[in-house]
Amino acid sequence: MNTESYWSIFINASLVNNFVLAYFLGICPFMGVSGKMETASKMGGAVTFVMLISSVCAYGIHALLVAINAPFLQLISYIVVIASTVQLVEMFIKKMSPALFRALGIFLPLITTNCAILGLALFQTNKGYDLSQSLVYALGAGAGFTLALLLMAGIREQLEFAEVPNVVKGTAITLLVAGILSLTFMGFSGLG
Amino acid sequence: MNQYENIKKGTTGSSKKMLIAMVGIGVFCALLIVLTYEGTKERIGTLKDEALEKAVFNVLPGITKTRIYEMTSEGTFIPSDGLDRSKTVVYAGFDHSDTFKGVAIEASGQGYADVIRILYGYDPFSQTVVGFYVLESKETPGLGDRIGKDANFQSNFKALSVKLTPDLTQIENKVIPVKEGGKSQPWEVEGITGATISSRTVGNILGESTAIMVPLIYHQRDSFNVNSD
Amino acid sequence: MSAGITKNPQIKAVPSSTDEFIKGLWRDNPVFVQVLGMCPVLAVSNTAQNALAMGLATAFVLLMSNILVASLRNFIPKQVRIASYILIIATFVTIVDYAIQAISVDLHKNLGAFISLIVVNCLILSRAEAFASKNTIGKSIMDALGMGVGFVFALFCLGAVREILGNGTFFDISLFPDSFQEWIIMILPAGGFFTLALWLVLFNIYKIKQA
Repeated sequence: MNTESYWSIFINASLVNNFVLAYFLGICPFMGVSGKMETASKMGGAVTFVMLISSVCAYGIHALLVAINAPFLQLISYIVVIASTVQLVEMFIKKMSPALFRALGIFLPLITTNCAILGLALFQTNKGYDLSQSLVYALGAGAGFTLALLLMAGIREQLEFAEVPNVVKGTAITLLVAGILSLTFMGFSGLG
Repeated sequence: MNQYENIKKGTTGSSKKMLIAMVGIGVFCALLIVLTYEGTKERIGTLKDEALEKAVFNVLPGITKTRIYEMTSEGTFIPSDGLDRSKTVVYAGFDHSDTFKGVAIEASGQGYADVIRILYGYDPFSQTVVGFYVLESKETPGLGDRIGKDANFQSNFKALSVKLTPDLTQIENKVIPVKEGGKSQPWEVEGITGATISSRTVGNILGESTAIMVPLIYHQRDSFNVNSD
Repeated sequence: MSAGITKNPQIKAVPSSTDEFIKGLWRDNPVFVQVLGMCPVLAVSNTAQNALAMGLATAFVLLMSNILVASLRNFIPKQVRIASYILIIATFVTIVDYAIQAISVDLHKNLGAFISLIVVNCLILSRAEAFASKNTIGKSIMDALGMGVGFVFALFCLGAVREILGNGTFFDISLFPDSFQEWIIMILPAGGFFTLALWLVLFNIYKIKQA
């Protein structure tokens, strides 16, 4: 049983325990697509969307697994169900709204197996959230992910004009910036 | 590259083969998982019980046995296996002569970084909180996590007063957090400088949990029995 | 995830199996060179013990899934190969999860959800897809061992630095006199980013010197 308020869940997931900067979830896309603001915002939107879907899926599966008393199938069913649901949604969007598909579509298959998505499903189960709490948690996590991605993209766009020493170029400088961002996000602790 | 072509050749689009492969792998995987689960279940159970016992023994000094009770919706306590996660459970402690000594209660609240889960021991005979243990916290290492280590902070919970009012319906003075060095009453929890929010959270969690649980347990203190069903 | 697969064009088919082993250890080290599987590398490398446990768990899953994928490589149809790999990987991760719980509850608590998250570690799927699905069982075992040991080594490098500086201990043994002020930041999330960045810089310096 968990009686956390929606506001506290949202703040916690988006700022205090930011998925990227405090839990290190979704680092791969964070490094990969944070080069430009535009792709970063689209990626953020797609991740938030997939998080909401998988949050509902995970809630349903968990209830089912508790009912049939098979906790050992948790991980395997989470990953299979989430991946296939997102695939279905992708096909649905492609058919219903080609414009939306062009904006988000190419990211969808990339992120179904992203650790942030599975992490969200596992954390919400561990915390014992009910359905509406889970959805707020997913929304907060998605917002936090988008925020981190946008901040990073903004900095990296500027970084292109900076003279970076050869030895730090590439991943190293991105990690250093991420570290500094992570430090600033620590200032949000105590808000929840 | 010839092996790659091998794969290609073997799979000329027959969906029957796809189905057989997926079902075959699925059955094999399920079998492996169930075997591991059954093989490790017992040991994991014992280890978890041991960890819990350690925590309960920690907050209720002098006990040698513990038993799980769950709270019903009417606020009474019945023996339980503790498996239903949606129920509030308490752990009754008994000494070597099977005398009921007190109850360990779980409580939680939002700390500095994330939710803090604690266990505290309540002795209904002296009407005090007699022990405190951090079950789970992600507080800042070296600062907030001192709530689990700081000796001065721990000494708050040797005899923290949760005395009931004379009509025995509620706590006379709610447990409240105060600043380090500011403790003047037996129901105050003295905080830690440098871990202000974390230590204040612990005080508040205790204040809220004791206000509900202590009157309930005090009235039923005779129903906790090592052998009853 | 697939970013990791496309990112390493430098992986070439190497004939001898000793080479398969060495490449993962050093030249194509999964963490320092390929920068794969970052989540666990950063998240649970706050002490040497956690890092070692996490590294071994990942290496085990990598080895077992590589063996299974390589032995089933002619049986799994191409269209459903990724789904099959994920099923296989998820199975071994579940097994590791229960094994760690059975070894120590405390260790399981420290590693938390990150054991389950081995499933989505880019490293494992990329080895299954890029290597084990095209090579013999023997070679796949060597590949998994090399990559696995390389991963453990990298995690251990991070964990050791973070624990020594951030906590003043190494495998819970106190190293410094009491007057040592711990660099708490090193065991915080930010410290993970900084430590990994510094190791990458060291690797870059080494590479530039060699060239």
